[in-house]
Amino acid sequence: MFDFKLPSLGADMEEGKLLEWLVKPGDTVDKGQVVAVVDTSKAAVDVEIWHKGTVHALLVGPGEKIPVGTVLATVLEPGETAPAAAPPALRPAPSGARKRISPAARRKAEQLGVDCALIAGTGADGAVTLADIERAVAGGTGTAAAEAAKALHRPASPADRQAETRRAIAAAMSRSKREIPHYYLFETVALARAQQWLTVANEGRPIAARLLLAVLQIKAVARAVKRYPEMNGYFRDGGFEPAESAHVGVAISLRQGGLIAPALHDADRKPLEQLMRELTDLVKRTRAGSLRGSELTDATITVTNLGDQGVEGVVGVIHPPQVALVGFGRVALRPWVEDGKLCAMPTVMASLAADHRVSDGHRGALFMAELRELLQQPQDL
Amino acid sequence: MKTSYREAMRAALHEALESDPRVFLMGEDVGRYGGTYAVSRGLLEAFGPERVRDTPLSELGFVGAGVGAALGGMRPIVEVMTVNFSLLALDQIVNSAALLRHMSGGQLSVPLVVRMATGAGRQLAAQHSHSLENWYAHIPGIRVLAPATVGDARGMLGPALADPDPVVIFEHAQLYNLEADLPDDWRCDISRAAIRRAGGQVSVFAWAGCLAKALQAADEVASEGIEVEVVDLRVLRPLDVETIAASVRRTHRAVVVDEGWKSGSLAAEVVARIVEECFYDLDAPVARVCSEEVPIPYAKHLEEAALPQVSKIVAAVKSVLNV
Amino acid sequence: MSAQRKPAARSLDKALALRLLKDMLRIRRMEERCAELYGEGEIRGFLHLYIGEEACAAGAMHALDPEDNVVATYREHGHALLRGVPMKAIMAEMFGRASGCSRGRGGSMHLFDAARRFYGGNAIVAGGLPLAVGLALADKMQGLKRVSACFFGEGAMAEGAFHEAMNLAALWQLPVLFCCENNLYAMGTALARSESQTDLCVKAASYNMAALRADGMDVGEVFDATARAARQVRDGSAPVFLELQTYRFRAHSMFDPELYRDKAEVEKWKERGPIHSLSAKLKAARRLTEKQFLALDAEVGAEVEEAVAFAEAADREPVSDLLADVYSTRGAGE
Repeated sequence: MFDFKLPSLGADMEEGKLLEWLVKPGDTVDKGQVVAVVDTSKAAVDVEIWHKGTVHALLVGPGEKIPVGTVLATVLEPGETAPAAAPPALRPAPSGARKRISPAARRKAEQLGVDCALIAGTGADGAVTLADIERAVAGGTGTAAAEAAKALHRPASPADRQAETRRAIAAAMSRSKREIPHYYLFETVALARAQQWLTVANEGRPIAARLLLAVLQIKAVARAVKRYPEMNGYFRDGGFEPAESAHVGVAISLRQGGLIAPALHDADRKPLEQLMRELTDLVKRTRAGSLRGSELTDATITVTNLGDQGVEGVVGVIHPPQVALVGFGRVALRPWVEDGKLCAMPTVMASLAADHRVSDGHRGALFMAELRELLQQPQDL
Repeated sequence: MKTSYREAMRAALHEALESDPRVFLMGEDVGRYGGTYAVSRGLLEAFGPERVRDTPLSELGFVGAGVGAALGGMRPIVEVMTVNFSLLALDQIVNSAALLRHMSGGQLSVPLVVRMATGAGRQLAAQHSHSLENWYAHIPGIRVLAPATVGDARGMLGPALADPDPVVIFEHAQLYNLEADLPDDWRCDISRAAIRRAGGQVSVFAWAGCLAKALQAADEVASEGIEVEVVDLRVLRPLDVETIAASVRRTHRAVVVDEGWKSGSLAAEVVARIVEECFYDLDAPVARVCSEEVPIPYAKHLEEAALPQVSKIVAAVKSVLNV
Repeated sequence: MSAQRKPAARSLDKALALRLLKDMLRIRRMEERCAELYGEGEIRGFLHLYIGEEACAAGAMHALDPEDNVVATYREHGHALLRGVPMKAIMAEMFGRASGCSRGRGGSMHLFDAARRFYGGNAIVAGGLPLAVGLALADKMQGLKRVSACFFGEGAMAEGAFHEAMNLAALWQLPVLFCCENNLYAMGTALARSESQTDLCVKAASYNMAALRADGMDVGEVFDATARAARQVRDGSAPVFLELQTYRFRAHSMFDPELYRDKAEVEKWKERGPIHSLSAKLKAARRLTEKQFLALDAEVGAEVEEAVAFAEAADREPVSDLLADVYSTRGAGE
């Protein structure tokens, strides 16, 4: 028998509210099956289970607010029979020692968008105190060790939710700017070939099935990071952990304000048509508030495209614990010299924000050159 | 010109007796003996045996008579020699003085002042060392005061007598010899606590015999750069929650010093108010320095170990600052 | 009976006799109705009935001046009523209503009327004695010629407060009339089982205080004895102890199964019932006819029903006023 625990559905999640069970005791579950819906501050998220088995007991009821790591259910291994003893009563069981944060420090941290989890406490028993928060804000002190992120209250009203979302973004972005020594590179990429290829590829397709430039950009980024793995992965506990897969986080703005960057899994390996379908689905579900937990946590690099909003370029902020973010501006016809001749060329400004603790400008420049070249060969993507 | 706490209290009694013919002082040995703690010395000669009235050893009887006299239009000041003996009079304080206004639907007033000495520290052993202010502070219908300074010894009696409700005044026996300059304005608002020392890092709440210890502790840690705010509660019922909360909101840390035993103490009440009012302002758990849970022993070293001391307050202040 | 017992006056004038009869009936009928209302759940808490002892309150109250102070116990309905507290206000208090004489805060055991100098309504046995001493002290210090009459049962005489109050009153020569209503039982404990000295006048006299005794079942004798004792207190400015020997016909309170006394004993005392005795005496002397008695009883019955109707219709104090009258200033104690 194993425990099914509430996963952290994002670096800024410390607790969640169980909205609904999609399974009941006795049900068999498959790896990757969505078994519950949990409300984070940002969205109602489908939570998957990662082991096969049979649900033994549900320990948390709908409506209960529980910290990350709480055992939500017990699940029998395939072939295992239920123990004789009655399943434990329905109740949330907080797991692990809670980080000590004084009430005053907690309030101050919330006001300032500071992530207490990242701050080493100087109070009794390591408690984070008001002074610790103030020092962190003033001097950017704060340890890189923490994984869990600051507490978020589950908002009741849309206004509250909006405020909470904003606070969560504030916390993550403050942490990013506090901890990550960013460096930035820019490259203007010609898109004549990509556009021509898209025109041909979309011929005869219904509108809903047409490929967009964005999907080429995502796939190009995914392919590029496979060659330059120091752009792909996580910086944790003082070290870089390169990721095996290229899960590209796609920044999606929310209607009520704020944004989420859920992951398109294995974007480097999927055909463009599939990626396009998945991207469309991801945007729809993000705005409907029904993301899967793995989608919120798995991104290994983020792509943001602000071209639709008409900006030329983006100087991005890396989403911790990721180590790089690629931004795209608008597609515009610009004067361009090709083969010694001046012409009007559709171009986009691509930018890289990368973590200097993991990579240097030299490697970043090579990555950008790779990205540029990949976008010149759309047929190979 | 220094004045002692005893002289200040005597001056207050003198003034009260002189200014209002309804006022009289009654208690064991307040007259010819001059008061157990010599507070009323000279008053018999000045005001005569009717108004400075020696009583038999009958705490229940003469405290009850004080209640009756207050009902009958007088303004009695009843001196109970010590809080230890006040247990014999509890019925009249709790069941009569405190309740009559309410039980009568607001018809009766009991403008009575009961004074009593309290506290330990003089090797008087268990039966003469109680600090039971919290017992009285538990009761709705009475006001409980604890003057800890020469100014308050001078200034509290007048407003207590003017109060239409019964007032119990606790005078810590260790304070009678305390000498200080009487402030020019010793008038006292008997609804408010007093900040005796301002400081930004920790609020220390104390009253009666513990105030001086708290101030001394604040001096000691000041040399290490720790700024302590010392608040003299002085009104033990109704508690001045506003002043308490305002101080904690400034300092975010609190230590409560109480000569009573920790379990069920007034310090417990103060801590509860702090948590209720200021939870999100707290930056550290609140600490208490109370008497050890033992009848106060006779032997000097044991008595000292049982009571709140400066060193314990210093340690508590440092513990809430984690230094 | 001791030598201090004075012969009962036989010369009550007719008007006073009828007045005393009617007042005893008022207590009796009011309390009978209270017992009924208790059964109906309209009156709750403790309810200590005075039935059987009416001659004590009736005789004593008529012998006191309106300016005198009265302090009573938790068995005080009769004292309050005859002190002048309107029956309506008493009944409304029993009902817990805002127009009760203690605004519904006191109930049966805590009837008060400051204007009539009726100081309760004290439910701590002997708790009223030191208060009476204090009231007398205040009067003496202010040069007022009042008597502070303090009613208590013989059970109170085992309390320290009795001893302390008697000692203080005698020591300071204060105008207190200590009225002991000796009904022979402190709840269920008979006098001989609670006092080493069962002659209560002897005990009282040991405080160097005048001590008298009267038949508490004979309202005329109570009136005369109280009048004499009050005069002695007022004129001599000294306390007097007065024992009124009486008997309660009903249980101690509504919770009492009366395991401690024989029914026969109760029946024997009932033969000496004060209302019955006085009406029989007046009829024998041709000063009262049965018809007049019935008319009197009907008049009293009407007053009781009027009081009940008043109480039933009376307003309850709003809960928003719960914290009123704890301190002189609302909210002083939070």
